[in-house]
Amino acid sequence: MDSNGFTIKVNGCEVQATAEMSVAAAIMTIGSPCRTSIHGEPRGPLCGMGICMECRATVNGQKHQRTCQLTCRPEMEVVTE
Amino acid sequence: MKSDFDVVVVGAGPGGIASAAVAAEAGSRVCLVDDNRYPGGQIWRGLHPDVPSKNPHGREFAKWMERLRRTPCTTLTGTQIIDHLAPNILRFERESKTFDLTYRKLILATGARERFLPFPGWTLPGVTGAGGLQALVKSGLEVRDKRVVVAGTGPLLLAIAAGLKAAGANILAIYEQAPLAQLIGFGFTLMSHPGKIVEGLGYAKKLLDIPYRTGRWVTSAEGSMQLNRVTFTDGRRQWSHDCDYLACGFHLVPNLELPMLFRCEVANGYVTTSELQQTSVPNVSCVGELTGIGGLEKALLEGEIAGWFAAGHEDKARRLTGQLRAFRNFALRLDQAFKLRTELRNLCQPETIVCRCEDVAFCKLQVCRSWREAKLHTRCGMGSCQGRICGPQTEFLFQWRCSSVRPPIYPARLSSVAEMPKSGQSETEEVAQV
Ligand SMILES: Cc1cc2nc3c(=O)[nH]c(=O)nc-3n(C[C@H](O)[C@H](O)[C@H](O)COP(=O)(O)OP(=O)(O)OC[C@H]3O[C@@H](n4cnc5c(N)ncnc54)[C@H](O)[C@@H]3O)c2cc1C
Ligand code: FES
Repeated sequence: MDSNGFTIKVNGCEVQATAEMSVAAAIMTIGSPCRTSIHGEPRGPLCGMGICMECRATVNGQKHQRTCQLTCRPEMEVVTE
Repeated sequence: MKSDFDVVVVGAGPGGIASAAVAAEAGSRVCLVDDNRYPGGQIWRGLHPDVPSKNPHGREFAKWMERLRRTPCTTLTGTQIIDHLAPNILRFERESKTFDLTYRKLILATGARERFLPFPGWTLPGVTGAGGLQALVKSGLEVRDKRVVVAGTGPLLLAIAAGLKAAGANILAIYEQAPLAQLIGFGFTLMSHPGKIVEGLGYAKKLLDIPYRTGRWVTSAEGSMQLNRVTFTDGRRQWSHDCDYLACGFHLVPNLELPMLFRCEVANGYVTTSELQQTSVPNVSCVGELTGIGGLEKALLEGEIAGWFAAGHEDKARRLTGQLRAFRNFALRLDQAFKLRTELRNLCQPETIVCRCEDVAFCKLQVCRSWREAKLHTRCGMGSCQGRICGPQTEFLFQWRCSSVRPPIYPARLSSVAEMPKSGQSETEEVAQV
C-alpha cells in the first residue's frame, strides 16, 4: 500500500485515502450507501469487481461512476446518489 | 497506437496473461485488453508484480508479468470492449474515447463472477459478495475488528475468510450450504489434485478457531440503512448473528456475455472448446473459467495452449493438452460438490427484490414464464448490470434460459455505440441503458 495519504471528500466529509484505495472503499468507510434504488432503498457495493453497478456515485461532478473500479485521487469530491 | 493485431486477448487474468505472453513470445503482434485498471484478474487482484512478495501467488504473478513485459505485447487496461462491428473488428472504449482494433485470432479470457442468490434483506448495504468483500478489502476497505459472517458455497469461502481474517476482521462463522456428505466424495479429489484452488484446505489451519459449518445457509438479513443482523438455518432450527458484514457468494458463474456475442456454442453453462481451446466459431478461442470453473492452474495451462495455437504452433499447443483432462474433470467435480440445494429456491418473500437495478420483486417474476417475458413485463435484467446479477439467479430460481446480451456489452456512452467504425470521439456523455 502507498503510505502517501491524502484526503478526499465524500458527501462533504473528509476521508483519509491513498492512491490505491478505491472510491467505493472510501464511501464505505463513512458508512454511507452509494446510491438510492428506483424505489428509494439504500444500496452499497455488492460485487466489488465492476459488474453489479450498485456502487455508482457522482465523482468530480460525473454521475453514475462505478466507484469500485475508480481509485482515489487528491481533492476528489464524491457525492452519493 | 497500432490498431491492427494478429491476436487480441480480452481479459488480463491468468488465462489471458498466459495466452498473450506465449503468443507474443512466439512472434505474434498481440494486444491484451482488460476492463480493470490493473492486470491480474481475480486471483491476482491487488498484488504488485514489482514488489517482492512472500506470497506464492505474488511470485507467480510477477513471473508471468515479467514474461509479458519482455515481449512487445500492447496491454490496454481500463478498457471495455463494447461491440463487435464486423467479423474481425472490435470496438473499445477507454477513458471516454472509442477506438477499433482488428485481429486475426481472438482469445476470450473474461473469467467468472460470483453468483448471488436473493433472500430477504440481501439488498442492504453491508451484504456483499464473498469475493466482493475480498475485492473491496484488497482495494483499501478497512475491516479490522469488524464482525463478518462468510456464507454461501464454494471452495473460495475458505480462502476469502482467511484473507479477511489476515486483514483483521473478526470472522464469526463460515457457513457452507452444501451438505457434508456431498463434499466428502469431493474431498478425495481435492487431496489428489495438484490444482491451486485446493489451497482451500491449506487455509483450514489458519482458520482453526473459526467454525466452518456445512449444510447451513442464510435465510434473511436485517437492518434499516445498513446490515446489522443475519439469520441462518440448517433446515431444522434458526439462529442469528449480529454483524457488520455478510460476505455471501454462491460459487462462480462464467462471464459468457462476450462468447455469446460471438455466438460461441455453450453447453451446461460453459463454452464448449476443443482440446486446443477453439470454440465453435472459427478464430475465436476461450480459456480459463469460461470453459469450466477450475482455478488458476487450469486457466494458465489453457492460456498457454491457446497462445501457442493462435501463434500458429499447433504442435507446441498439442504437447500441453495431456494435462488438460485432469483439470477439466476437476472443474466438473467442483460443480457437483457445490451444487445448490433446492431449499435456496424458497428463501424469497413475495416482496423480496430479485433484480436490483430495476427493483423487481420476486412475486412479479413468479407469474412470468420466461426470461424474455420477465424482461418485457417487469424490466428484470434490463437495468445497468444487463442481467449479470439477476440472470444467473433467475436461471436457478425459475430454470429460465437467459438469452444473450446485446451490444453495448457494458453501458457505454451513446456516442460510442452510434459512431461509425474508426471515427473520432464525441462530446455526448449520456449513458445508454438499453
Ligand atoms: C470475486 C472472485 C474472487 C476470487 N478469488 C480467488 C482466490 O482468492 N483464490 C483462487 O484460487 N481463485 C479465486 N477466484 C477464482 C478465479 O476466477 C481463478 O482462480 C482465476 O483467476 C481464473 O482466471 P481467468 O483468467 O479465467 O479469469 P479472471 O481471473 O476472472 O480474469 C478475467 C479478466 O477479464 C476481465 N474482463 C471480463 N469481461 C471483460 C470485458 N467484457 N472486457 C474487458 N475485460 C473483461 C476482468 O476484468 C478480469 O480481469 C476468484 C474468482 C472471483 C470471481
Ligand atoms: S461493487 Fe459491483 S460494480 Fe462496483
